[in-house]
Amino acid sequence: MIATDLIAVEDLERADLERILETAERMQELSRRTVKKVPTLRGRTIVNLFFEPSTRTRTSFEIAGKRLSADVINFSTSSSSLSKHESILDTARTLDAMQPDAVVVRHQVAGVPKRIADVLDSPVINAGDGAHEHPTQALLDLLTVQQEKGRIDGLTVAIVGDIVHSRVARSNIYGFLKMGAEVRVAGPPTMLPAGIETLGVKAFISLREALDGADVVMALRIQLERLAGSLFPSIREYAETFGISRATLRYAKDDAIVMHPGPVNRGVELAHDLADHRPSVILDQVRNGVALRMAVLYLLAGRERAVGAEGPL
Amino acid sequence: MSRLLVRGGRILDPARNRDEAGDVLIEDGVIVAVDAAIDTRGAEVLDAEGGWIAPGFVDLHAHLRVPGQEYKEDIASGGRAAVAGGFTAVACMANTQPVNDDPSVTDYILDRARQDSPARVYPVAAATRGLAGEVMTEMVALVKAGAVAFSDDGRTIMDSGVMRRVLEYSRLVERPVITHAEDRTLVGEGVVNEGPVSTRLGLPGNPAAAEAVHVARDLMLAELTGAHLHVAHVSTAGAVELIRRARERGVHVTAEVTPHHLTLTDEATAGYDTHTKMAPPLRSAGDVRACREGLADGTLDAIATDHAPHAVHEKEVEFTLAPPGIIGLETALAVVLELVREGVLSPLELVRRLSTEPARILKLAAGSLAVGAPADVVVVDPERRWTYDAAKGYSKSRNSPWDGRAFDGRVVATVVGGSLVYHADRGVLVP
Repeated sequence: MIATDLIAVEDLERADLERILETAERMQELSRRTVKKVPTLRGRTIVNLFFEPSTRTRTSFEIAGKRLSADVINFSTSSSSLSKHESILDTARTLDAMQPDAVVVRHQVAGVPKRIADVLDSPVINAGDGAHEHPTQALLDLLTVQQEKGRIDGLTVAIVGDIVHSRVARSNIYGFLKMGAEVRVAGPPTMLPAGIETLGVKAFISLREALDGADVVMALRIQLERLAGSLFPSIREYAETFGISRATLRYAKDDAIVMHPGPVNRGVELAHDLADHRPSVILDQVRNGVALRMAVLYLLAGRERAVGAEGPL
Repeated sequence: MSRLLVRGGRILDPARNRDEAGDVLIEDGVIVAVDAAIDTRGAEVLDAEGGWIAPGFVDLHAHLRVPGQEYKEDIASGGRAAVAGGFTAVACMANTQPVNDDPSVTDYILDRARQDSPARVYPVAAATRGLAGEVMTEMVALVKAGAVAFSDDGRTIMDSGVMRRVLEYSRLVERPVITHAEDRTLVGEGVVNEGPVSTRLGLPGNPAAAEAVHVARDLMLAELTGAHLHVAHVSTAGAVELIRRARERGVHVTAEVTPHHLTLTDEATAGYDTHTKMAPPLRSAGDVRACREGLADGTLDAIATDHAPHAVHEKEVEFTLAPPGIIGLETALAVVLELVREGVLSPLELVRRLSTEPARILKLAAGSLAVGAPADVVVVDPERRWTYDAAKGYSKSRNSPWDGRAFDGRVVATVVGGSLVYHADRGVLVP
């Protein structure tokens, strides 16, 4: 990683991804101990700057930071620049003056973590920005697949659902492609963004074709309130056409696994009985999320900040 | 009697298709001689050696923010920015506070301009009251007050019936109706061109079809009514082609394109810099190519800046929330000189697009170096290297994608009504 921030998987090289995954595997070991805390980041301050409500990702980052003995401060606000009358860059400058060792940013608008990183001295970790990227989610997905399948190279990954609004889809597309997998996306045409093939994926409007021979099936969360009636006619029709169930899963390989970034709309993008049991690995994803985020915090916030010092990345 | 001799340049006068070496002599605000060897006795001399001498540029489309948003720009700062960019005349859009939909507002703008602006200012009045797209403005009274065109720019008149009546009624005053052609229902929440870039950035896309669909409607309505339709800031290949075909069948349509839509693509938005957010958005490389072709073949008549000042704090926000628009008066010429270097336009044609054509569209006595014409003149050095520093510019705002950029070629002097109002070495020269 040339940069000191983690903003987008698009910016990373395969070697960067491998290094983060290897570090995460070491962190997994730690998470299996009875005493799960090490002093690695003692005295370091990590700020979780969440402009968009999030329980899962924020908690995951918080646990990750605390297991490394960092002081974790949660700063949550749902208001935008306009409602606060403070520009995001002013917020960033204010925060920078407090000298945090890493800032984890979640925002509903694409590009905000990048803009904050442009202003901030300390490392910025993107915890999801609009429909842009969610790099730690993709990294934990890579970790999960690697451990399930023993490899990523040569696998076929099908991502199904609301691709146009999904930061998880974008980060995973880049991540799996860089690691040597074939990536397919599928959904109703209204949910496939313009020019998606330019990212290097194959786009499908037939679920059956998309799943044909897939090793990994990833269902995305549908924003029911916002999209029903505009991008698809009804929840029922969506579930019948693009929902992943044991029946539709038959198109994929026999040993295919099912993933979901959560939280699951049960019975919509994923059938009830699939959410809890294999072949779904949803809880493994959550578990791996902590180790992966520990790895990222270690690699970024754990850097020696002295001039000329070699960073771990 | 005041005499000013602009000496020793390449005279580019599109109005008379002249491109030749010579001097221009000005007396009492009027051009009195354009020749190779002029008697210079008693005249102040403006040296144009190695440069171009052209009629002052006319900006069809700027936002001077007066009245109401003087923190972004005012007539003095906008007028100074104009002459520093070689613009001797600027048409200012009506989306002010209050909206310029009433002769009293037009009067106020012109009154401020007389006191504060080194450039001539020509107000564009709203086409509908309050820019609401519902009730047409008092066009006759507004023209009497000094309005030169009508536009709800910044908003789009979505109601086709209203647009039809606005166009129809405008024939009474024989002034163009300028359309900001973006179908709002297709734009939706879109903030960048819909395509691979919007997909990569995860920002809501604004499809090229949003412009073309609306241009198609307005062209049909111009054909129906026989009125003069002027299409603002054309940005898409689809719109260029529609305008080209409409013109071929005799529709009274003119069109403009901005320096940014001629030189930047949506790739410029990759860093989420809000100084690359405008309406319509920066488009694909194919659209840029089509706009250049349209400009070269005359489908697009004029280059207009769409100078849209916004304060720093207004742009330092989330990309989706930032107001669209960039400033452009001070950089327009330097930016579009790229078209000359790349062989899209000759110097003479470039001046035609910056001066003669916009003057013709707005029916202004400008855009010509003919003897007897008002002495609005610009001197350009097409090679002189300089670096644009928005913070040191004349505009009150700094929202430019070209901030810090080095250019080859700049405006070196601007003359309005026979008075030297700007010189690159001395800055804006007004009392």
